[in-house]
Amino acid sequence: MSTLAYAWRYVWARPMAALLNVLLLSLGLGSMTFLLLVSHHVERAFDRDLAGIDVVVGAKGSPMQLILSGVLHLDVPPGNVPMAAVNALKANPLVAQVIPISLGDNLQGYRIVGTSLSYLSHYQATLAQGRVWDAPMQVVLGATVARTLGLQLGQKFAGAHGLGAGGHAHGDHAFTVVGVLAPHGGVIDRLVITDSASVWKVHEDAHALDDQDRLALEDEREVTMALVRYTSPLAAVTFPRWVNTTTEMQAAAPALEVTRLLHMLGLGTDVLRAFAGMLLFTAGLSVFIALWNAVRERRGDLALLRMLGAPASRIGLLLMTEALWLALVSALCGLALGQAFVLGLGWVLGLESQLMATGLLWPPTLWVVPVLAVLVALGAALLPVWQAYQSDVLQLLQTKE
Amino acid sequence: MIQTQQLQFAYGEGQPLVFPDVAVPHGGLVLLSGLSGSGKSTWLALLAALVKPQQGALTVAGQDLRALSGRSADAWRARNIGFLPQKLYLSAALTVQHNLELAYWAAGLPVDRPRVRQVLAQLGVAQWAQRLASQLSGGQAQRVALARAVLMQPRLILADEPTASLDDAAAQGAVQMLLSAAKEHSATLVIATHDARVAQALVACTAVAPILLHLSPAWPTSALSPATGRLQV
Repeated sequence: MSTLAYAWRYVWARPMAALLNVLLLSLGLGSMTFLLLVSHHVERAFDRDLAGIDVVVGAKGSPMQLILSGVLHLDVPPGNVPMAAVNALKANPLVAQVIPISLGDNLQGYRIVGTSLSYLSHYQATLAQGRVWDAPMQVVLGATVARTLGLQLGQKFAGAHGLGAGGHAHGDHAFTVVGVLAPHGGVIDRLVITDSASVWKVHEDAHALDDQDRLALEDEREVTMALVRYTSPLAAVTFPRWVNTTTEMQAAAPALEVTRLLHMLGLGTDVLRAFAGMLLFTAGLSVFIALWNAVRERRGDLALLRMLGAPASRIGLLLMTEALWLALVSALCGLALGQAFVLGLGWVLGLESQLMATGLLWPPTLWVVPVLAVLVALGAALLPVWQAYQSDVLQLLQTKE
Repeated sequence: MIQTQQLQFAYGEGQPLVFPDVAVPHGGLVLLSGLSGSGKSTWLALLAALVKPQQGALTVAGQDLRALSGRSADAWRARNIGFLPQKLYLSAALTVQHNLELAYWAAGLPVDRPRVRQVLAQLGVAQWAQRLASQLSGGQAQRVALARAVLMQPRLILADEPTASLDDAAAQGAVQMLLSAAKEHSATLVIATHDARVAQALVACTAVAPILLHLSPAWPTSALSPATGRLQV
């Protein structure tokens, strides 16, 4: 048998101690895995939904609110801006693309987003069924919406006012489903997407008193915000300032706002991370005590190995290997535990389509877990190994039963 | 096989133990006796190159042990010394066979399975090869421990109180087993004991006159005469 095999046997020769250590280490490593995975999921979801959007232009207010409402579709928007002002942005040579976003209605809690077809092409959305709209009041459903609500092509539905479920129903204006998007993994899975004109039509018809009033409203058409792509990265320096100072609108850079948001969330995860660290420290202590006791109990066995000609270094290696076995088994258990917990949480909270991607993930940061396991185990083994080095073989020979 | 001159060893700053000079021929038999604290274990440790003498000459199996240190001492011990401790220290977690293979691991040598089987068969414990060491009786365990001691065909076998926990019949059996194992491997045998039954068993079992080495805590440096047949234990 090799050192690996002997170490394995010795670890499991004390099954209760070994199991307890694996359990403690796994809990610590599992919480670490969980935290790493959740923050990875969140960051990935943000990156995915924010990709390619250089700046968001909307009503003045909180820039973060603008991003949360218009890009991530988590918050309510700060207000509306005139369509004319948004169109004026297109004239700026720094602007490559402007995608209008109009919010205001929902379908059983899923937002109805009025936009242009470039919104779909921006997210590289593909159709699973049907086609895209070619007239107002035609909608394309995100994959999650279609699945949860069970709407079919050709079916009609009425939107409700507001962004959450339960608002006033626009009963007289029926949307028609003309297409269903393939699952995308991003925010558009949760959206009901239609032409900007649909949103105007619903609201103008709802508010206009007569035809003349309707014409007046048409002149004052508004959108909620515009997603803007630059022609050059240099625009980031001048364009937001230009918008903020010369127009009635504000420009918010998603990258900046999300960094701010993650920083705020970071305060929360730091606490959890410290907690996981505590768990790991406790586990390391337990491994240390177990190895220390093992070395004391096995002093005679270890001395006999010296008598059989084993150099002290080989005995040190044996003990280190025992600790490494514990680390390896615990790392595997911890990783499995963390992954299972994330999947379970996603399932319970129904977050699969929002933040969590389905299936197992291995972000590069997750390598921290096995590395940490090995470090904790080796750290815990250090003193017992040193003790084994120091053991006086001669004295043990004199120890009688 | 064993030659000592003016051998001295001290623990720390303590009074040095001074050992009588001996010259043991190849294949010889040494009966080491003395009260506890007289230095029996120290003498065994010196012979096994576990500790170095502070003074005097010590040659075992043609090797000047003062010249060995660290790893070279470990390697020399693995090949030349077979050790049967009083407490057997068989690893309870391992089978009999793996306990023997552990000796190869300790020595850093590849396992010689046929040799393991051969030695187990010689000592009549081949049928227990796959048993856990914890499942053996005392007598079986001692045979396995002796098998482990002679596995590497050592030139010197050191047995520490081999009869301590045995009844009279078993004690004689154990001594006989040691003698035949030593003979089989043409090894020199040192038995450290304060058990009178060992001496009686030696008289009963072998015609070879043992060299008697009696240690006392304040032993004066003087040569020991070979055994006269009268045993002073």
